[in-house]
Amino acid sequence: MNLYKILKNAFLVVIFGLIVTACATKKSVKTTAESSTTTTTKAETKKADPIEKLDALMQGDVYIGSDTVGELASGVPDRVFFATNETILTTASRETLRKQAAWLRQNSDVTVVVEGHADERGTREYNLALGERRANAAKDYLMTYGVSSDRIKVLSYGKERPVDSGSNPLSWSKNRRSVTVKAN
Amino acid sequence: MKKNLFLIILFYVIFKPSIVFSLVEIDITRGNLDPMPISVSPFFSDKITDENIKKNLNIENLGLEISRVIENNLEKTGLFDAIEKEAFLQKPDIAHLKPRFEDWALIKSQVLITGKVTSKIINEKDYINIEFKLWDVLGAKMVDGFSLTTTPRSWRRIGHKISDKVYERLTGESGYFDTRIIYVAEEGPKTQRIKKLALMDQDGFNTKYITLGSELVLTPRFNPANDKEITYMSYFRNMPRVYIVNLQTGEQKVVGDFRGMTFAPRFSPDGKKLIMSLAKDGNSEIWVRNLETNIQEKLTDHPSIDTSPSYSPDGKFITFNSDRSGYQQIYVMRSDGSKVKRISFGNGIYGTPVWSPRGDLIAFTKLHKGKFFIGVMRTDGTGERLLTENFYQEAPSWSPNGRIIIFYRETKTDEKGQGFSAKLWSIDLTGYNERLVSTETDASDPSWSSLLGN
Repeated sequence: MNLYKILKNAFLVVIFGLIVTACATKKSVKTTAESSTTTTTKAETKKADPIEKLDALMQGDVYIGSDTVGELASGVPDRVFFATNETILTTASRETLRKQAAWLRQNSDVTVVVEGHADERGTREYNLALGERRANAAKDYLMTYGVSSDRIKVLSYGKERPVDSGSNPLSWSKNRRSVTVKAN
Repeated sequence: MKKNLFLIILFYVIFKPSIVFSLVEIDITRGNLDPMPISVSPFFSDKITDENIKKNLNIENLGLEISRVIENNLEKTGLFDAIEKEAFLQKPDIAHLKPRFEDWALIKSQVLITGKVTSKIINEKDYINIEFKLWDVLGAKMVDGFSLTTTPRSWRRIGHKISDKVYERLTGESGYFDTRIIYVAEEGPKTQRIKKLALMDQDGFNTKYITLGSELVLTPRFNPANDKEITYMSYFRNMPRVYIVNLQTGEQKVVGDFRGMTFAPRFSPDGKKLIMSLAKDGNSEIWVRNLETNIQEKLTDHPSIDTSPSYSPDGKFITFNSDRSGYQQIYVMRSDGSKVKRISFGNGIYGTPVWSPRGDLIAFTKLHKGKFFIGVMRTDGTGERLLTENFYQEAPSWSPNGRIIIFYRETKTDEKGQGFSAKLWSIDLTGYNERLVSTETDASDPSWSSLLGN
């Protein structure tokens, strides 16, 4: 059992290493594509929302507001948000997930479904895969903090269930999320 | 019993002219700015036929209706311009027997279509016989024609078969009118869309709903080798899985035995295999399942997202999209999963590659600078051509003759999040003739059938 855990942790470390290197190589490719999208995005948001207000709600393009956030339990937020096309958990997301994990450890009879979602700016099938990847990122983190995998189901909705119907960067940031929902 | 829904063809007589005629011809390889003037005479029918049809179908003038089906089909190609029927100088019955070509030339018609409907009783059951002739007005002779007998309720299909014959004869390409489109019918607010599978004739008629909307359904696709069968993805019991449905019997079954979500299904050209993605533990790979042996096999092996696979028409290759380079790009591999090669290298991200039924092109969706494009490229990635640009559009599907691409487009909502809609659109391979495809409800994820069998 212990050996299994050690092996598994070693495996996670290796995976993490892979992700970091993958990101490092990715960044260089990204720069040109992203700089062009950012300019159009900014122009659009200026019309809809004052920039100052957006700054308080988004960090980079990750949503940090509380508008759509529900509770898994009292004081335990139910969702975390992602950057465009990303599945990496932000510092705030990890804090939320640690709260969820702590609560789940205390309530060991509860099982959950982690729903993964994407914004509308991607093709349907790719977004199904992306939602699954996001939900698994959250699930893996919960597992790292002691919630056993058989208590966590993963369900990707892709872009099929947005919480915000707007067609602007702020709405999209609210929709790029994983939500932990009680299943029993 | 269900067989009655489909066409029963008892006779298929083709009048072939002795000389192959080439005066009237249309080049469809470029955008056509000068449509050919064509006259579709109302089909003639006698009194007894009219009474029988009124009794069977409650249609007053079936001959006129058939001519409208043909006119509508041909006009929508952008290649033909139908002359108003008020301008016709000759009566339908006489024109069908032997047109006075001067009368049709006078109203600048280059081509004339005439026909005749006759009711028949065979084994105490009602049938209709529809005869049609295609005339070259300038050459003053008949170029083509046939006669078909069918159940009265299949009359629209005869109109489509006639349209196919005319299109074939005048363009040299096979037609695409006697076909159906399967799609997802959408209703309700954007945050709680209700989605149903829907099936309609290519021209938007005879819509049937295949599911009730109680669960989320996505990406239906026809079996190219069997127009009675489709595959799609359903969230039945919150277990997103790929299913195959027999449209005739309504029988449906889940495909394969997978732990994890299966999605993005497509049949092989011979209908004997199904390719799809399996998402499990945060990774999506492409799998193939042999529907005859039930053996399933993983084709890709990469920690990135590999999805949206589509076979080449000879079944030897598969194109798909993967974000293994950091962003979604299009790849081609052999159908056993070997020799993976990236083919898209332009600016932006590329997805939903679909191999043309002719084999020479791949249609795709591209996202660049915040805009979505539908485009085509050669199968080695060269010759990229963008056909249409919009706020959001994706999911191209080819007409069976590879001349037209159908896709769906979503609108941008206003500041209050209102004004969302999803519609089907079609565009010629030339990049011309973009058209809204009419549907009863909002619609997405279209898939075009092959030419229908009997």
